[in-house]
Parts: sequence; C-alpha cells; structure tokens
Amino acid sequence: MKILVTVKRVPDPNASIKVKPDGTGIITDNLKYVVNPFDEIAIEEALRLKEKSGGAEVVLVSVGSKTAQEQLRTGLAMGADRAILVVAEQELDSLAVARIFHKLVQDEKADLVLLGKQAIDDDANQTGQMLAALLGWPQATFASKTDSLESEAEKSGTPGIQISGGAAKVVREVDGGLETLELPVPAVITVDLRLNVPRYASLPGIMKARKKELKELAIDSLGVDVKPKLKILRLDPPPKRQAGRKVGSVQELVQALHNEAKVI
Amino acid sequence: MTTPQDVREEIVSTVRRFVEREVMPVASELEHRNEYPHALVKRLKELGLFGATIPQEYGGLDLDVTTYAMVVEELCKGWMSLSGVLNTHLMLAFMLKTHGSDEQKRRYLPGMASGEHHGALCLTEPHAGSDVQRIRTTAVRRGDDYILNGSKMFITNARSATLYAIAAKTDNKIDPPYKGISMFVGEKGPGLSVGRDLEKLGYKGIETCEVHMEDYRVPLTNLLGGKEGQGFFHVMSGLEVGRINIAARAVGVASAAFHQAIRYAQQRETFGKPIAEHQAIQLKLADMATKIEAARLLTYAAADKKDRGERCDVEAGMAKLFSSETCLEVATEAMRILGGYGYTNEFPVERYYRDAPLMIIGEGTNEIQRLVIAKQLLQRHKI
Repeated sequence: MKILVTVKRVPDPNASIKVKPDGTGIITDNLKYVVNPFDEIAIEEALRLKEKSGGAEVVLVSVGSKTAQEQLRTGLAMGADRAILVVAEQELDSLAVARIFHKLVQDEKADLVLLGKQAIDDDANQTGQMLAALLGWPQATFASKTDSLESEAEKSGTPGIQISGGAAKVVREVDGGLETLELPVPAVITVDLRLNVPRYASLPGIMKARKKELKELAIDSLGVDVKPKLKILRLDPPPKRQAGRKVGSVQELVQALHNEAKVI
Repeated sequence: MTTPQDVREEIVSTVRRFVEREVMPVASELEHRNEYPHALVKRLKELGLFGATIPQEYGGLDLDVTTYAMVVEELCKGWMSLSGVLNTHLMLAFMLKTHGSDEQKRRYLPGMASGEHHGALCLTEPHAGSDVQRIRTTAVRRGDDYILNGSKMFITNARSATLYAIAAKTDNKIDPPYKGISMFVGEKGPGLSVGRDLEKLGYKGIETCEVHMEDYRVPLTNLLGGKEGQGFFHVMSGLEVGRINIAARAVGVASAAFHQAIRYAQQRETFGKPIAEHQAIQLKLADMATKIEAARLLTYAAADKKDRGERCDVEAGMAKLFSSETCLEVATEAMRILGGYGYTNEFPVERYYRDAPLMIIGEGTNEIQRLVIAKQLLQRHKI
C-alpha cells in the first residue's frame, strides 16, 4: 500500500500574527514556520498504518516555496519514506493545490491519501474534498476515533483508521457526536485533531532524514491548470477582544445572560 | 565534525518541543518532591540524547559542541537537572572517545549511546576539588587488576550510573604529584558503594552522593588509554567542554527566568497599569535581556572555537564566568519583578533562584575561573 500525505508549511500556531497595515498579507519577519498541525496528525496516522501493516510506503507531498523543504524534512525525520516538493513561488488557491495533488496521486499510483482537514493559516478546509472529487474517489473527512488521547490504545500507537479487506473504517467528528463510515480504498481521508498525538522526530531520525529522497518538481512541469479562481481582497486583524465583566453572584449572572445577552 | 545548520535547527527545535510539552508541565512538581525523573530520563534516551556527542559509528549523533550547547540551553529552560543527567555521562563518553583505546571504545560507547550504560565522573574528593592533584584515592596493580581504595564526593548520577570514570593515584611518590594520577573506567560492582544523598539548595531530583571504594577491582584493560599517569591530562582535556556546558545551562536557566518575568510584568498591575509600563521594571527587563544575549554569544563563540579544533580555555572560562554570574543576577531580578509571588513555589522563579548558584560554583568556582583566565591572558600577552 502506498500512502500519500500532504504537508503544508504554515506559521507557528503559537506565534502572534500581525497583518500588514495595507492588508495585503501578514508580516513575516521573525516568523517561525512549522508543519500544519493537522498534517502532522496525518503523517502520524500514516506511520501507524505502515507500522501495523508492515508493507506500506509513506510519501509526503507539499506545494509551495523551496523553504517547505524544512517541513518535509521534519516529516521524513518522523519516519516517512520519501518526499516530493512541487516548487511554486506564486499564491495558489485550494483548487490549484487539489489539482496538483490529483496529478501526483495518479503519477505515484497511491492507494490512500491522508490530509489535514484544513491548514491553520487560511482555514479553507477544501483541498481534501476537491481532491476526492477530481479523483472520483470516496472521501471521509474529519477522521477521529472513539478512544481518548489518554487511552492505552493511543499510547501503544494503534491507528484510529482501520484498513482491511480493501475497505477503510473511519470514525469522524460530526456535530454532537461521532459517525462511523466504511469506504472502499482507494480513498481520500482528512484528519481531525483528536485522531492521535503525533510523535516528534527522534534525533537519530533527524540525521537519517537527510539521506532520504526529497524530489523537487517545477510547478510548470506538471501540466496542471493552476490559474487562481479566487482572489484575496484584503486581510484584517480580528477585532480587539473586549474586557469581560465580573458579576457578584449567580443571580446577577443569570439576570445578565437572560436580560442583556439574551442567551438563556 | 560540524553539524550542518539545518540539522542543528531541527534538533534544537525538537528538543525545545520536548521541553515545552513534557518537561515544563512537571518540572517544578518533581523538583519540589526531589524525585528522580525516571520517565523523563527514559524519554531522553528515546530521543537519542544519551548519544548526543558520541560518534555515529558507535551509534551516537556526533553533535558538535555548538549544537550540544544549544541542546543543553533548551533542556535547562525546562529543568536544569535534566542536563545534569546527561552531562557526566557525556563527559565520560568524551574521555573514552578522546583517550580510550579502540577496544575500550567498542566495549562501552555503543551501550552509552543507547542509554544502556549511564556514566558518572568520580573526580572530586572531600578535600580536593579544583586542586585535582591532591586526590587520595589509590590504585594498586595486582595481577590482572587494579585495586582501588578511597572516597569521592559530590558525585552526580552516582546511584543511577552503571559506569564510572575514576581518578586515582597509581604513583604517590612522583613529583609533581599530578603525574601520578591515572583514569579508570569502572563498572558498578562489589567494592564500590554509593553513600548518602547530599541535600542541596537546588539541582534537585538528580542525586549527588558520596562514593566509596574498598578493594574495588578494575581490570587492567579498563585503565583509560592503557597508560598510567595520564589521568590529569584526561581531566584537563574535558574542562573546556565542561565549562561550555555550564555556560549553556546558565543561559538556559536565565532565559527561563527572564521569560517568566516579562510575561508576569505584562499581567500584574500596580497603580492602574501593568508593571511592565513602569520604567523601574523596563530598566530591569532591558538589562536582563542584554546580559543574557551577551552570555549566549560568549557561549556560542567558545563552542565555535572548540568546533574548529582550536584551544578555547580562555573563551570557555569567560563564557562560564559571565553566564553563571548573569544567571544568578537575572534569577534574582526575576524574583524582584514577581515580588511576593516570586518567593512562593507557585511560580518556577524560586527554582531558578535556587538552581542558579550551582553554576557559579560547579565545574571550577568563578574565583578559580578568573585566575585561569588571567593566567592564560598573561601568557598570551607576554611582553
């Protein structure tokens, strides 16, 4: 089985993001970049599936600037087998990225594609769904699991996604609960936060990752239409959070929620 | 070998993540209970840190001194004692890799890299610290063994260690006396006993003990480098890296104290505004950060010189001296900024304040550090 996992280079979620005064983007000075946390969960899941089945190959794919090599190396250090970086310096929308992945999935003849449910930079939550549509494959989004992240199963590295007999069983997060789906493989699965706790690379793993294959492809060489269908007009920082209010008693709180906020 | 820049960054950021996720949440609690951090030590092994500076052919990472200093700094931002778990171990590994015979390296380094063996250094004695040549432990050759007798003091990791580097006199009459010191690599066994744990101001969780040797047998093949009388040089060769290690620890602890202080200063209000808006606090923050940055750069400069294969005793001494004094100062200033809360154990500043003095004393007191620096400078600038 060949598992393709997507890796996006995104600003560190712990960094405080500042929007440029003219709203054309964010200030990137001194900004640290990491693997999109949802993609990291996807890598972890792929590695677990590989460890369980014994025969899978885990291939990381990324689209973006050359610097995304760093994030691919991180994934390789975690244990992925090789990586492909489609070098693109221009801005790409979700559909363009989905089309690039579509091409890579076909070229690589992958059996399973794992993606983070969304990237934490633009929170679009579209690429996985678009990719499934382009491939004509079944999809399961927001993969999660019933075991808690403190459970023994989690600690022993048991995958949350079960694959056997040409089918994948996926527990997914829906409003108010969990839903279990079964879908035939090949398939596209996007992963949610509570699927697993990703390992971090061991230091010997980091050394080994340098020797693993990291192939770069020029975006033009793929013959894929990446013309943007979406234009970002401007970015605005979220409004400053208003200070809260302290109330003296439960009665006062209930009164305020009922009469002023009108939420109860 | 120097560690490539991208590998260095990846390694340091991995250690930082480990510290933030697994060390910081538990450090103060373990420290207050003075509990040996078994689970964290296991994680250090899994991460590969027990082999940090051991050559790759023996299963280690072969990190250069600069990268190792950065790793130590990150560990100490979480809890200084963790770098203590590694330091004596890697000092022993350093002696083996630098002075050991091929057979000795093959026998011990792979087990040390995986963490199966844990190393401790038995140099200091109750009455001889920096004045190494006054040690009284003796090693007498008998058949295929040396018989060791004597007592060691302030031995970090004494109880958890399985392997000890032991300095002992093989010749008591020779003049100058340091030529009579030999270094042995001894495995835990009959004749070597670990005495009481010393109660300390800080540096808790990790044991510091007396070690006693009574007719403790070490095979001839465990004489480091296979030659008597070299022990003093073996000790001296590790001093530069030892001082860089202490400097890096001090930078780590000082950074942690500063980080706590600058956060607190923006939350705590007096007279209607956050204390960070008072000049008195701003002046402190600026001085603290400036000194930490200077300490860090001194440390990196000394490490870089070592990595280029140059002698760096003056630079390592300066880094150790300045960083440790800075650390003590910054920890104290952090406590002033946190005020009453800094004095309680609700915040980790009291821990930094108790850990900081180790660095002005350990690995050669700052007083002797100044003498060493001055002596070398006078030699370099002789008219």
